[in-house]
Amino acid sequence: MKLVQFIEFLRDRLKTVVRICFGLLALLILVDAFLVDKGTAHTRIEHLPAFWSIFGFLGCVVIIIASKWFGHAGIMTREDYYDE
Amino acid sequence: MNSFWLHPSLILILGALLIPLVPARVKKAYLLLIPALVFARTISLGIGVFGHVEFLDWGLVFGRVDKLSLIFGYIMSLMCILATLYGLHVKENTQHIAAWIYVAGSIGAIYAGDFITLFLFWEVMAFSSVFLIWFRRRPESLSAGLRYLLVHVAGGLALLAGIVLHCRTQGSWSFNALDVHNPTPAIYLILIGFMLNAAVPPFHAWLPDAYGEATFNGSVFMCAFTTKTAVYALCRGFAGMEILVPLGVIMALYGVVYAVLENDCRRLLAYHIISQVGYMVAGVGLGTAMAINGACAHAFAHILYKGLLFMGCGAVLHMTGESKFTELGGLWKKMPWTFVFTLIGGLSISAFPLFSGFVSKSMIVAAGFEEHKYWVGFLLLLASAGTFLHTGLKVPYFIWFGKNQPKAEVLNRAAEPPANMMAAMGIAAALCIFIGCYTPYLYKMLPFPVDYQPYTAYHISETLQILLFTGVGFFLLLAKLKPEPKISLDLDWFYRKGGRAFLWIARKPIQATDTIVGELYRFAGLVPLMKTARLAALFDNGVIDGMVDGLAQTIRGLSRRLRFAQRGQMQENLAFAFAVAALLIVAFVIYSYR
Repeated sequence: MKLVQFIEFLRDRLKTVVRICFGLLALLILVDAFLVDKGTAHTRIEHLPAFWSIFGFLGCVVIIIASKWFGHAGIMTREDYYDE
Repeated sequence: MNSFWLHPSLILILGALLIPLVPARVKKAYLLLIPALVFARTISLGIGVFGHVEFLDWGLVFGRVDKLSLIFGYIMSLMCILATLYGLHVKENTQHIAAWIYVAGSIGAIYAGDFITLFLFWEVMAFSSVFLIWFRRRPESLSAGLRYLLVHVAGGLALLAGIVLHCRTQGSWSFNALDVHNPTPAIYLILIGFMLNAAVPPFHAWLPDAYGEATFNGSVFMCAFTTKTAVYALCRGFAGMEILVPLGVIMALYGVVYAVLENDCRRLLAYHIISQVGYMVAGVGLGTAMAINGACAHAFAHILYKGLLFMGCGAVLHMTGESKFTELGGLWKKMPWTFVFTLIGGLSISAFPLFSGFVSKSMIVAAGFEEHKYWVGFLLLLASAGTFLHTGLKVPYFIWFGKNQPKAEVLNRAAEPPANMMAAMGIAAALCIFIGCYTPYLYKMLPFPVDYQPYTAYHISETLQILLFTGVGFFLLLAKLKPEPKISLDLDWFYRKGGRAFLWIARKPIQATDTIVGELYRFAGLVPLMKTARLAALFDNGVIDGMVDGLAQTIRGLSRRLRFAQRGQMQENLAFAFAVAALLIVAFVIYSYR
């Protein structure tokens, strides 16, 4: 059960893992801003540094909030709704 | 009729029918052998038109083999091996038979060169796959299966009507690209038939309803074949149909929205089928060589990663008996490998670099941008963020981690599934990574030559940013995403509640009629009857009884007088009697001589 030990290892050091992840995210933005060739971009807005990071984050937030609003507007209902 | 051409479906159907005769000790080998033979037959097919059969007035073509049908036939027979391996330990022969006939229907529809053959195999799919729902044998399974069948029969009827109308005007039954720029009502009917199987809104609600309810391995079969056969049919008939672009984009987002709300992991995956098939439908609508390539590539990749995801969640269901997030959580210690495989499926569907979705999904998005339909590109990328949010993060997190503590018996039951299920997941996961890493494998099979390179620095950077920052959003809004033990109403409401309304409407008039008839009977029948009865009673009492009573009374009165007259003295009595007799004789004589 090496795999379980590995997951346990990561879980025990959750703070460090999270820090490393944030480091990688920062690195990703830096690489995007300075190194990546944006010649193949389709629209001008994509040339903004970290455009896709903002897109991803906002997209995620919008999806969650809009869907939950939609769900609580009457779409979500009790589990036995269809039972006789 | 040309020389005998061995149809892959024929191997599968005959193989399925022979399953009950196979001795138990070689059954597992047999169950693997037949799909392997089908796969071997599929990859040995040469391009051309085969299996031409004249039947009545129709020229049926069972084997139209070209690049488009080859890639779909390839992946379907491959998936048949994996899905059979996954359910290898299932004892019931009937389950294997139903699954194989279902696959045979799907493969048959793909190689069909004419509409009649297509339609026949199309219906075989619907009528065999419904058993994969019924075999779960819950009380809900029966009604879910019936709903599934009902919807598919309705779709089949639309398809058949369209086929008949279309072929009447065309004078040919052959199934080729339809005139999508001047669609006739017949073409729209065919489109509705295809769209229903592809689960395009508003004809989509059958999918989560059925796939969430099927057996643990039935869903693995179902998630691969029905919708992708429809994607094939759309690619063949409707490439370039404009309306499919917005419909596909709506599908892609629709599935994402419902996946947020879903509490059942398999229903969540089912909604993500709708979302992913949305990409393919949009690709068909765009209709360029690159978009069609993208639709085919994505269908190929999708069958593998969605099969893998359903295997992962099916394993959890099979082992724990639960598929709801609110009943699961913290399983990582018990089922770590299932977690890893499911995660690989999740990363593939989310189009992470080096996983299969990355090389297939991006072709459709790129085709949208290339056609200068920017809204298509951006909205599809938004849907990818949603895909990663659910399938890559929500499913693994809330099943294997999360704060939810499942019931003790659920935790006790949880363990890695049997070896054959692990093997099927392992192979599917390996294929997902292989497709993502070695692009020529998939790209060489596509119907058009590929002039596309997914691994550019810009594309990798773009994808990683979208996905990883979606991850940030997920963990920030984790509290909001906490699963709720609820169900979400979808358009199946109309036939689930609508069916009830229909029953109500049917019942009410019948009850009303019944009441009216009852009242009528009461007024026209019962009341007169009562009246008559009362009269009869009166008659009985007054007349009959009266007569009887009267007679009796008269007799009593007479006898009383007689008693008074009878004093007991013989002489007196005799004298009286003689006097009466004399009187009677005198009266008689007087009367007779008058």
